[in-house]
Amino acid sequence: MFATARKLREAGVLGLNERNAEFIMRLNPRRLYPRVDDKVLTKQLALEADMAVPDLYGIIDNQGDVRRFAEIVKDHDSFVVKPAQGSGGDGILVITGRSKRKRDCFRRSSGLLITEAEIAHHLSNIVSGQYSLSGGKDKALIEYCVHFDPIFAEVSYQGVPDVRVIVYRGYPAMAMVRLPTRASDGKANLHQGAVGAGVDIALGETLTGVLKNEVVDDHPDTGALIAGLKIPQWDFILESAARGYEVTGLGYLGVDMVIDRDRGPLMLEMNARPGLNIQIANGIGLSTRIRRIDEIYDADATPAERAATARREFSAHRQLQML
Amino acid sequence: MTQRYVLVLAVLLTTVGLSLFVYKWQVLGFPLSENQDTPVWTIESAISFDSGPGSIKVNLHIPTLTPGFRQLNENSVSRGYGFSVNYGSGGREAQWAIRRADGRQTIYYRISVFEDPGSEQADTTPPFPPPPAINEPFRTAVDVIVAEVREHSADTASFTTELLRRLNDPSPDPNVELLMSEVGNNADFVDVATMMLASARIPARMVRGFELSGRQRNADLEPWLEIHDGDRWRFFNPTTGEENLPDRFFIWWRGNEQLINVEGGSNVEVDFAVQEAHLDAVAIAKSQAAKSGATMFDFSLYSLPIQTQAVYAVLLMIPIGALVMVVMRNIVGIDAFGTFMPVLIALAFRETKLVWGIVLFTVLIALGLSIRFLLERLRLLLVPRLSAVLIVVVLLMLIISLVSHKMGMETGLSVALFPMVIIAMTIERMSVVWEERGPGDAMRAGGGSLLVATIAYIFMGLGWLEHLIFTFPELLLVVLALVLLAGRYTGYRLLELGRFKALINN
Repeated sequence: MFATARKLREAGVLGLNERNAEFIMRLNPRRLYPRVDDKVLTKQLALEADMAVPDLYGIIDNQGDVRRFAEIVKDHDSFVVKPAQGSGGDGILVITGRSKRKRDCFRRSSGLLITEAEIAHHLSNIVSGQYSLSGGKDKALIEYCVHFDPIFAEVSYQGVPDVRVIVYRGYPAMAMVRLPTRASDGKANLHQGAVGAGVDIALGETLTGVLKNEVVDDHPDTGALIAGLKIPQWDFILESAARGYEVTGLGYLGVDMVIDRDRGPLMLEMNARPGLNIQIANGIGLSTRIRRIDEIYDADATPAERAATARREFSAHRQLQML
Repeated sequence: MTQRYVLVLAVLLTTVGLSLFVYKWQVLGFPLSENQDTPVWTIESAISFDSGPGSIKVNLHIPTLTPGFRQLNENSVSRGYGFSVNYGSGGREAQWAIRRADGRQTIYYRISVFEDPGSEQADTTPPFPPPPAINEPFRTAVDVIVAEVREHSADTASFTTELLRRLNDPSPDPNVELLMSEVGNNADFVDVATMMLASARIPARMVRGFELSGRQRNADLEPWLEIHDGDRWRFFNPTTGEENLPDRFFIWWRGNEQLINVEGGSNVEVDFAVQEAHLDAVAIAKSQAAKSGATMFDFSLYSLPIQTQAVYAVLLMIPIGALVMVVMRNIVGIDAFGTFMPVLIALAFRETKLVWGIVLFTVLIALGLSIRFLLERLRLLLVPRLSAVLIVVVLLMLIISLVSHKMGMETGLSVALFPMVIIAMTIERMSVVWEERGPGDAMRAGGGSLLVATIAYIFMGLGWLEHLIFTFPELLLVVLALVLLAGRYTGYRLLELGRFKALINN
């Protein structure tokens, strides 16, 4: 037992307790949490910082407004409904189209139909705080539904695959692509059953994947090989992620990006408590990289410079050679 | 930096908690375990005498310093007599007085003591005794014996032993024989020994008492010899010369004065009776603390009404449950619903007992969940939905109680002890997790809650632990320190070792 713990420590693996005590509590002041926990605020701040984000169609912030839903989406066939203060992707509803015959019947990303009344109930739930971290009143966002880039079509089962970058003190430290599966109901959250694939930060290429703490080589639903996919506009993604530090002020941050077919990478949300499975996906411990960032930390570097530094430092191939 | 503050605070809390604990345990004698009985002896001296025509005054020597024993309480039963306790040359004396009395009188003095080997009682260091005035021909005999004994001894202790050996010699030399000619009983013998020790300038005195054992009637007072070696008083067996004091030898009084002196009475008889009883150690500690004026006991939980005590006996175990919770979640890494839900479930288990508790809990949650899924279809808003779940939980409890009662299983009735609000919230959380993350996660977290509750129940049900915490609530400071330390534990959780196994470099 102690031997295992020692080996993990040697491999630079970050544990939950250490993440909470050493990084989240120390680098993420609680007063900054609303910047990431309230997606309305996140979007506003990101727009001010010129980050690319999905368009906002409307906000529903009280039960009376639920009625306005039909009007908000009248010009859109696809959209996403999400709670402003949700966590872990809970409460997100992805609508990809409308039923041909009945205009008030929508098609979910899973292909199942959902009526307007059902969506209205979901909106009520969101507003009454069912998905809210604090359990208090919440708002529901209705925004642009990303048409994902075909690059991940082979390795996704419906839904939107996204890129999660862990940013430590402004430097991208580790990244992974999260691929929805049938089990995850089109959601890109690992604990809901999505596959995570590590990313070589230097090249922007996927490595092997991880499903529920197990290393996998191919997607459980499509069977396609996960490794070796080249992520488009990788430079832009890393720079946007690095910019997340300026936007939020959080020293330990997870930035989630999606790649839209037409608009390129868009910042979807940020997370003050990003999970640790990314280590398994990348086959390397986070502490190792965090230590390296502490060594090379430069308070004056711009997001672009920090992204470049990360590309230089964190090559999966160089790590292999070092080993 | 924070690390150091937490460490300092934890050490501080532990020190305070443990020192209070040790003080109460060692000094006030609070027992470490439940039902720890301490033998208590009640010694009763009955004084009876025929009253004379005038006023009566009775003086009785009573115990002052009692090495090996501590006094629990004392009292006197004497109708119409004035009672007081005075200090005389030989220690405490009880005095009874009355202006007139008729017929045979009986006065009782009763003292209760308990054994306490650690009881150190400070005694005064006596001055060197003046050489006693002795008439010839005894004077020469004493001088000769003292000179001889001095030659055959090295210090006061060996002097005493040698002297007693000579005095007890079955074939005594003429000097000893001369001295012994006047000796009628053991007390006289010890008196002679004391006198001879005084001639050698060794402070010595007679002590009288008896060995306490079980129930005794007419216990005889035995004389013993006590000498002071310059540092402390030492006891010698006057008949063998060995240095010892028998086990459970209770010293009644010191000196060669008479035990009792009755003015205005005749045919005095004093009778000692000993009775052994077993008293709860807590009761003894309580009366000790009350007597020594220690406020500690006033703040102890034993000073509360019995009913409140029962409540606190349970409440004080909650921190133990919280500690189990912290260990299971932050050090082992088990998923559970709600922060303290398992602790509250564990509290309910105390009443239902474990197996029934688990069965009832599972049934309640399973039924509640199925009804919750039905409610989901009604698309209720959050607060009304939670209230509906709560009402359903109450109804389910009622039904389970009624059904199990009809089936003759009274244990089912205890379902009412489950904290229904907590159960309702658990059902709600579980259904949300079920829907969002699938039945697997919901079952795992539900099972985790039950596991933590079971472990917490086992720890919270430990009888010795409950007694320890109830008697020494300051130990909760130590629990607090442990929780603080766990709050700064940044090592891996036990389950993470398996989770990250793939990352170990080979």
